[in-house]
Amino acid sequence: MFKIVKREEMAQGTVIMNEIEAPKIAAKAKPGQFVIVKANETGERIPLTISDRDPVKGTITIIYMVVGKSTGLFKTFQVGDAFQDVIGPLGKATHIEKLGNVVCVGGGTGVAVLYPITRGFKEAGNKVIGIIGARNKDLLILEDKMRAATDEFQVCTDDGSYGRKGFVTDALKEVLEANKIDLVVAIGPVPMMKFVSLLTKKYNVRTLVSLNPIMIDGTGMCGGCRVVVDGKTQFACVDGPEFDGHQVDFDGLMKRLRAYEADEKQAYHDHCTMFGGK
Amino acid sequence: MAENIVKKEKVARQPMPEQEAAVRRRNFEEVPLGYSKETAMLEAGRCLQCKNPACVTGCPVGVNIPGFIKEVSAGNFNEAIKVIWGKNSLPAVCGRVCPQEIQCEGNCVVGKKDKPVAIGNLERFVADTARTSSGVELPAKAAPTGKKVAVVGSGPSGLTVAGDLLLKGHDVTLFEAFHKTGGVLVYGIPEFRLPKSIVASEVAMLENMGLKIECNMVIGAIVSVDELFAEGYDAVYIGVGAGLPKFLNVPGEDLIGIYSANEYLTRANLMKGYLFPKYDTPIIKGKNVVVFGAGNVAMDSARTAMRLGADKVRIVYRRSREEMPARAAEIHHAEEEGIEFYLLTAPVRFIGDENGRLVQLEGLKMDLGEPDASGRRRPVPIKGSEFIMDCDLAVVSVGAGPNPLLTQSDKQIALNKWGYISADPETGKTTKKGVWAGGDIVTGSATVILAMGAGRKAADSIHNYLTWGW
Ligand SMILES: Cc1cc2nc3c(=O)[nH]c(=O)nc-3n(C[C@H](O)[C@H](O)[C@H](O)COP(=O)(O)OP(=O)(O)OC[C@H]3O[C@@H](n4cnc5c(N)ncnc54)[C@H](O)[C@@H]3O)c2cc1C
Ligand code: SF4
Ligand code: FES
Repeated sequence: MFKIVKREEMAQGTVIMNEIEAPKIAAKAKPGQFVIVKANETGERIPLTISDRDPVKGTITIIYMVVGKSTGLFKTFQVGDAFQDVIGPLGKATHIEKLGNVVCVGGGTGVAVLYPITRGFKEAGNKVIGIIGARNKDLLILEDKMRAATDEFQVCTDDGSYGRKGFVTDALKEVLEANKIDLVVAIGPVPMMKFVSLLTKKYNVRTLVSLNPIMIDGTGMCGGCRVVVDGKTQFACVDGPEFDGHQVDFDGLMKRLRAYEADEKQAYHDHCTMFGGK
Repeated sequence: MAENIVKKEKVARQPMPEQEAAVRRRNFEEVPLGYSKETAMLEAGRCLQCKNPACVTGCPVGVNIPGFIKEVSAGNFNEAIKVIWGKNSLPAVCGRVCPQEIQCEGNCVVGKKDKPVAIGNLERFVADTARTSSGVELPAKAAPTGKKVAVVGSGPSGLTVAGDLLLKGHDVTLFEAFHKTGGVLVYGIPEFRLPKSIVASEVAMLENMGLKIECNMVIGAIVSVDELFAEGYDAVYIGVGAGLPKFLNVPGEDLIGIYSANEYLTRANLMKGYLFPKYDTPIIKGKNVVVFGAGNVAMDSARTAMRLGADKVRIVYRRSREEMPARAAEIHHAEEEGIEFYLLTAPVRFIGDENGRLVQLEGLKMDLGEPDASGRRRPVPIKGSEFIMDCDLAVVSVGAGPNPLLTQSDKQIALNKWGYISADPETGKTTKKGVWAGGDIVTGSATVILAMGAGRKAADSIHNYLTWGW
């Protein structure tokens, strides 16, 4: 059992942070890697990126958006409750090196994944420019941590309720115009990663994205997580989760993410009725 | 006595009582129902008790078959199980899934004129009787040796190594990547062929004997083999199976509605997708299902799809009936359940709708040409034989390769050119000191009994090493 030692609600309860006791994973995890989490006996295996770790305390931090039955169930877990299974660290770690100028672009809960990578690039001696975005002010997460981990920092909201009004791509375009950028790391909703990649391609700037397809084992054994990169099938759990944004078939990924939409709606509806939620 | 022999020859092979095909094709309960005591004793009486039993030479682990059958015919079931346990620690599993027709039963002399003795059914009967009765004493354990062994992977091969080494007094810990133990026995082979409660009770027996189990441990990711040694393990056995799915590599294979058999069966069995929404893992339920391949895995996938409510399930296979690698019983059961076979047929491409969901596939008819490297006649496409078939779920079951996750993490463990671990066939020793390997990760996809046989040899070798050195 993997006990929750700290819990926070973010973005008005739509995003949850859990710090979980998992000493062996905490000792090994590197930025960019993920875990698979299963709540209980009947639960689904859900991949979540490791947002932070504390090898001394023996904990890892996961941050997730409440979107379906499983994350809805995770949300009901309080400090002292435990996940039945946490498996990791899985996937390839981000290749962090000193490159010069790195822009880290995050959207929605993707910022949780982006944060340790941002910190990594900063610690490696890069000048790091951070841009994060959300639909509105209330949905922003990890603003202070991202600000602290970057040399320059901007927030964008779609509705202008905070920071700059507009999409992260608008802010990124200006940064690309004004600076020589060596790498862009973009993590967020698939459409955001797609449009960031289209933009950086015009400027010929290498771009890393982190993909979140549906997974089962997370060890390369089922092929459920397959994505097309540069015309070739790759397993995101072992070949990724990070890939060259200029090569990823984002439209294909978006479709595959909707594979169980109808089933999930039904299950989530049943779950909410059961828990008297929304 | 003479009278007895005459009588023996008259008894026909006792059929296995089974669930009716029309009923079972829609439920997940086990298909064969098992022999009664009387039937088992009658069937056991058919055995001639050969002096040089041909059946035993056909058994990869050399079970004393006439020995246990003799106990069954006398009604000494508790003695029968001890005879089997002498060579095979998972008889309830083997009785159900071994390809008896090419092993023990394929060699049985009775089979020359009549149907062979139903050795598999008897093995299953003995194991099931022992599991459900109380009077059976567990094999005795040797005094503790103080040596620690790590077994990586909890499939039949890992379980066998663990069981043997526990008996020899070693301290054994089993590491499994999944959240449940059993390997293919739990994530691959379906409930209707091998009830999961049987695997669970075999594992529980090992736990009673002192086995420590750590699930959720992906060795190579969370700890390396070297770190296991640093933690104080004296020997490591690698039995991680062949878990890398192969695909067909035809256009459209990434559409929604196309699964590898590994994913399909894992969703259904390990994650209990067939009980969705009681269990949270969804599984696509096709109406027109096509399964590619003709091994046990393909039969399991096809029969699972039928049980999940398909209207039509078709097996599409490039070669002809003679080459189908599945157990005879599985092919027979599949046909009885209404699964159709499209032999000498190959996929060309998958066709999706605007949402990226599979709706049709294009296939092609084949003809048998010259023999290939394997000696089997090579299928060659017939020009202009392309056809389109409606299909909303496809399961690709054309084999598996070695999963590189662990092997890439330790360069001292040498691999062969296909990426499987090179291990001495007699001992299971790898090129790294203190490390053994066996089962599918060495041989490529094979059988439960071969994985167990490799485990047994390795356990002997590990025991020698822990006693005398490498
Ligand atoms: C659907 C299906 C049906 C089959 N039907 C039959 C049949 O009827 N008869 C028959 O004889 N054979 C059958 N087989 C084949 C048989 O199941 C295998 O040959 C056998 O299970 C191999 O045993 P194993 O112990 O080598 O590996 P596996 O059973 O594959 O077990 C390996 C275990 O290791 C774990 N593992 C992998 N990597 C790691 C890691 N890095 N760290 C920790 N653990 C890890 C896996 O999760 C798995 O649990 C079937 C196979 C399948 C898939
Ligand atoms: S070969 Fe057949 S008849 Fe002879 S001992 Fe074996 S099972 Fe009995
Ligand atoms: S999640 Fe199964 S192969 Fe990636």
